Amino acid sequence: MRLWGTLTDPILRQNPVTLQILGICSALAVTTTLAAAITMSAALTAVIVAAAGIISLIRRHLPSSIRLIVQIIIVASLVIVVDQFLQAFFFEMSQRLSVFVSLIATNCVVLGRTESFSLHNPPVPAMTDALGNGLGYSLVLVIIGSVRELFGQGTLLGTEVFRTTEQGGWFEPLSLMLLAPSAFFLLGGLVWAIRSWRVEQVEVSEHALAPAEETRG
Amino acid sequence: MAEFNPIKLWRGILSLPNESRTKTIAVAFIVSIVCALLVTGATVVLRPIQAQNRALEQQTRLEALLAEIPGLSAILATSDEMTLSTVVVDLRRAEAAQDVTPETLANALTNSVNWTQLSPQEDIANLGSRADLKQIYLLRGPEDQVELVILPISGTGYGGPIEAMIAIDTDMNTVAGLAVMSHNETPGLGARIDEPAWRQQFAGKRIKDDTGTPQLAVARGVATTEFEVDAITGATRTNTAMTQMLAFWLGPNGYGPLLDAIRRGEF
Repeated sequence: MRLWGTLTDPILRQNPVTLQILGICSALAVTTTLAAAITMSAALTAVIVAAAGIISLIRRHLPSSIRLIVQIIIVASLVIVVDQFLQAFFFEMSQRLSVFVSLIATNCVVLGRTESFSLHNPPVPAMTDALGNGLGYSLVLVIIGSVRELFGQGTLLGTEVFRTTEQGGWFEPLSLMLLAPSAFFLLGGLVWAIRSWRVEQVEVSEHALAPAEETRG
Repeated sequence: MAEFNPIKLWRGILSLPNESRTKTIAVAFIVSIVCALLVTGATVVLRPIQAQNRALEQQTRLEALLAEIPGLSAILATSDEMTLSTVVVDLRRAEAAQDVTPETLANALTNSVNWTQLSPQEDIANLGSRADLKQIYLLRGPEDQVELVILPISGTGYGGPIEAMIAIDTDMNTVAGLAVMSHNETPGLGARIDEPAWRQQFAGKRIKDDTGTPQLAVARGVATTEFEVDAITGATRTNTAMTQMLAFWLGPNGYGPLLDAIRRGEF
């Protein structure tokens, strides 16, 4: 039962992207189409689960002085393996994702989970937690990817949903949706929507603004 | 000296306190070895599949180019005996390169031995240096004679490098077509080099005059000779760049000697 909580918590209540605002860079870059978002999500989930498992296995023998380097090496090696795998079996997709697969190594979601959870927990909970975080990240990417592809090109996974004006339909594609800023707006909107629904996610402001002094003239 | 026992050694390392220097170094070493094996293993196992993917992609690009060249798809469709082959040529000796294949070309070009520095007088296309090895495409007819040759050419335009492919007919003196592969010219002006209406003017133009000097060029204004194509209005720098790039690559420092060799039937 606790495992189920570990798995589902990061999907909505503790979502790494919308609550912890981690992994934003790739969420902006690879979500122009749903297919790219799904591939990226799958790659990240695979890396994070494997890294959590390996790091959790060796956690008792990891000298704390080099623990970050060791984690980074393990994550980076897994990323290279995943990247090679994509280049071999999903060549076209890997061309489209270009450098962003390699950049999973620097995705804060991965190192954040291995450092804060896998280092202190046995492999099964660690991998469950990693899977939950991977799915939480994937959920956000899939939502943003769907919206951007639908309104940017009128398609979903390449199949036509709205017929665009170019092909004689009614839908005028919003080219803004294909640019990175639109992902920022969507992500902001998503964070706002989740936090108005689940008020406990709203952060307490650390610094209150001093009241403006009234000027008397 | 005590007998060497790997299991004992392993247990000894594991039982060391985590913060000891020996254990730190041992853990770092073991992690590096395992990760290196993992990465190398994945690369070696998957490389053949990746190479296959890349070759397939190049093939697709080439086919797109061939479809671009006006009239060529018709030629290819009418004759089954035509075969397109890829050859790496050595421009220094105007012959097929020894022991360099299209697969190893990229590797060979990382070596500065295979580049020739151009003097300012020679460097009319603003290239700086010229790759001595070039991958060209030959279309051979039923008797193995060269029917068509496709040459990659490049130059410096107004907005950056221009990459193009020029197809030359069997007499090695008539253009069959020209395709612009990549450019950064101004949209609406220089970028019109990519428009079919402009590019297709090249088909049928002659390259060299009777003295053997390449004359193929973009005219200043409207074409008046059989070597010229109409200029693009408002894109003087792009027009000049195209002229210079054609003059360089079809001239003595470009493919000139190679085209002569092909005409003599040495290929």
